[in-house]
Amino acid sequence: MTPAPSRLAPLRRPPVWVATVVAVAVAAWVLFLADGTPAGAAVDDPGRFLVTVLDGITFAGLLFVAASGFTLIFGLMRTVNMAHGSLFLLAAYVAIRVQEAMVGRSRNLDPADVGVLDWLVPLLAGAGVAAVLGLLIQQVFLQWNEGQEMRQTLLTLAITVVLADQMLREFGGLAQRMVWPGGVTHFFSVLGERYAVTRIFMLAIAVLVGVLLWLWLNRTSVGMVIRAGVDDRQMVRGLGINIRRVFALTFLVGSFLAGVGGVLGASFAGAAPGTDGNWLLNALVVVIIGGLGSLKGAAAGSLLYGTVVAFSPAYLPAQYSYYAIIMTFGLLALVLAVRPNGLFGRPA
Amino acid sequence: MKLREHLTGETLALAGLVLVLALLPSLATAFFVNFVMTQTLILGLAAATIVFLAKYGGMTSLAQLLMFGIAGFMFGNAALDGGARGLNLGWHPWAAVGFAILVTTLVAFVLGAVASRTTGIYFLMLTLVYGVVGYFVFAQIVEISGPGGITSIQRPELLGPPVRLYYAGLLLSVLAYAGFRMLGRTAFGLALQGVRDDPVRMASLGFNVPLHRALAFTLAGFVAGLAGLLNVWWNGQIDPASISIGPTLILLIIAVIGGMSSLAGAWLGAFVYVLVLTYLRDLPLVDRIGITEARFNTVIGVIVLVIMVLSPEGLTGIVQRLRGTTRKELGGIRP
Repeated sequence: MTPAPSRLAPLRRPPVWVATVVAVAVAAWVLFLADGTPAGAAVDDPGRFLVTVLDGITFAGLLFVAASGFTLIFGLMRTVNMAHGSLFLLAAYVAIRVQEAMVGRSRNLDPADVGVLDWLVPLLAGAGVAAVLGLLIQQVFLQWNEGQEMRQTLLTLAITVVLADQMLREFGGLAQRMVWPGGVTHFFSVLGERYAVTRIFMLAIAVLVGVLLWLWLNRTSVGMVIRAGVDDRQMVRGLGINIRRVFALTFLVGSFLAGVGGVLGASFAGAAPGTDGNWLLNALVVVIIGGLGSLKGAAAGSLLYGTVVAFSPAYLPAQYSYYAIIMTFGLLALVLAVRPNGLFGRPA
Repeated sequence: MKLREHLTGETLALAGLVLVLALLPSLATAFFVNFVMTQTLILGLAAATIVFLAKYGGMTSLAQLLMFGIAGFMFGNAALDGGARGLNLGWHPWAAVGFAILVTTLVAFVLGAVASRTTGIYFLMLTLVYGVVGYFVFAQIVEISGPGGITSIQRPELLGPPVRLYYAGLLLSVLAYAGFRMLGRTAFGLALQGVRDDPVRMASLGFNVPLHRALAFTLAGFVAGLAGLLNVWWNGQIDPASISIGPTLILLIIAVIGGMSSLAGAWLGAFVYVLVLTYLRDLPLVDRIGITEARFNTVIGVIVLVIMVLSPEGLTGIVQRLRGTTRKELGGIRP
């Protein structure tokens, strides 16, 4: 970002101080002072505190899966794929249809009837459809205008509008739900509170995705090319590597990740028109906090945002719990004030 | 500048267009004036703020519909007394107008200040987040709106007859167009364009780059708020769904259809949008190919896709290209 004019320089530090003070104040509030909130102060009710922490971390897992594909695509190609949320929702719908076909019933699916395969195959089918559609979008609309960021963004926005409308026609306006496999729909108890195994399962899948992605980027030759491309596309091209093919592969993987996120999200909270916009928002918030193009940033952004989403309804005074959404904005403002490009972002 | 320099073909054409628009109520049907054209002017005014920010500031904002909505909600909260929802302050309509504009401008300044160090794609994403967070604020906080929105909002008596609302839209549109054009030649406007082209150099020349961006965003928010007031008077109600992510994208799409490098294009884009919205169902054969009015968004999306594939400068860009005078300068959309 721009170096500020000299008379602004002394003002540079206050955001850091403000951020520190806010962080300390929030911690003190949650730990000792939060009487009269739905959860109560953490020292009085450690069980609720632990559950809220778990809620935050497991939701962060889902956020990471949804945002990692977005940030991967941006990091390499500088393309902001506004259709990411649409791919997310499409995968969810397709997976729900496949699951219904596999179990053989379309309504009132009982988790006990759903085996692991009845969940895993729809997951792969949904994510696969999203991956192919993403690749198609890239090949038809984005490949030939590489480097024109704003044009590409507007193209994907238009695709979002069309896809949302067509999905409404095809899948209807009612909320639908993917059913977790029966094997994980249990509860276990932590400090006297019941907690759903499905959320831990979701977190496990997210961690698996993260580890695989890290291995792919850091331990394979393709990953090496992608990392090199993030740093300097022209040089990679100059070395005789067919970067077009790498772009296509990255878009395929990024869209696949959006699809995996979509199926997880549909199992976690259901799928309906509007889910696409919400998850585009979630992915945007995560990457704006974490820094665009950085996998580390996506993980850090997911954790921060997931924590805020889990804590604000539980630890705001009960009559103000409607204001939880403003906390998200507060987090964004705070991070951007300290680091305009996000925690791990680099100047554009 | 001398008067002679202003008398170019372009300004003459625009003056003629304004004259036609001023006489329109006696030329066209009431439906066309009060429905199609009023809506065009309202949406065009709001879209013009997107074009202004993109053209002069290099910032593509998705938060303008939020400003539009905030003004509407604030007017509803202040002007109603004893309605079902909202604050029901029961103020005089014009006091409510002042309140709505004041709140909108303040919010725009704060949001602009937070966003002032981001540019380009980052700015677009951040303002989209603003828009969606704003939607949730109005959808969830029942004190100021709640999911059902605010209904039965009356317009001030001065604007009672629908045709007066049309003239108000026309007046504000002309003022905004001329104002934005003139602002581009003031010291502030020139500095803003400098910030757009090379923020580093402007900063080293001693200009306060974030402040220029924040002020431009504030001004755009103010004008979008005016459009939002017209909209809430025209509709008589406002609900959070009208500022959700779909309509937010539609407003950007209106600006894109017209062309992001042309202020007049905002109204052209709004006109095309409202025409499609209004008359699509009347086209022959439309039902046969499965496109009914319910699939309206698909049609709009495809139109934008085609326009963006053909020319990133929108309809005005296509027109200019056909006339063989494609300008090199792309304004907000630069590769």
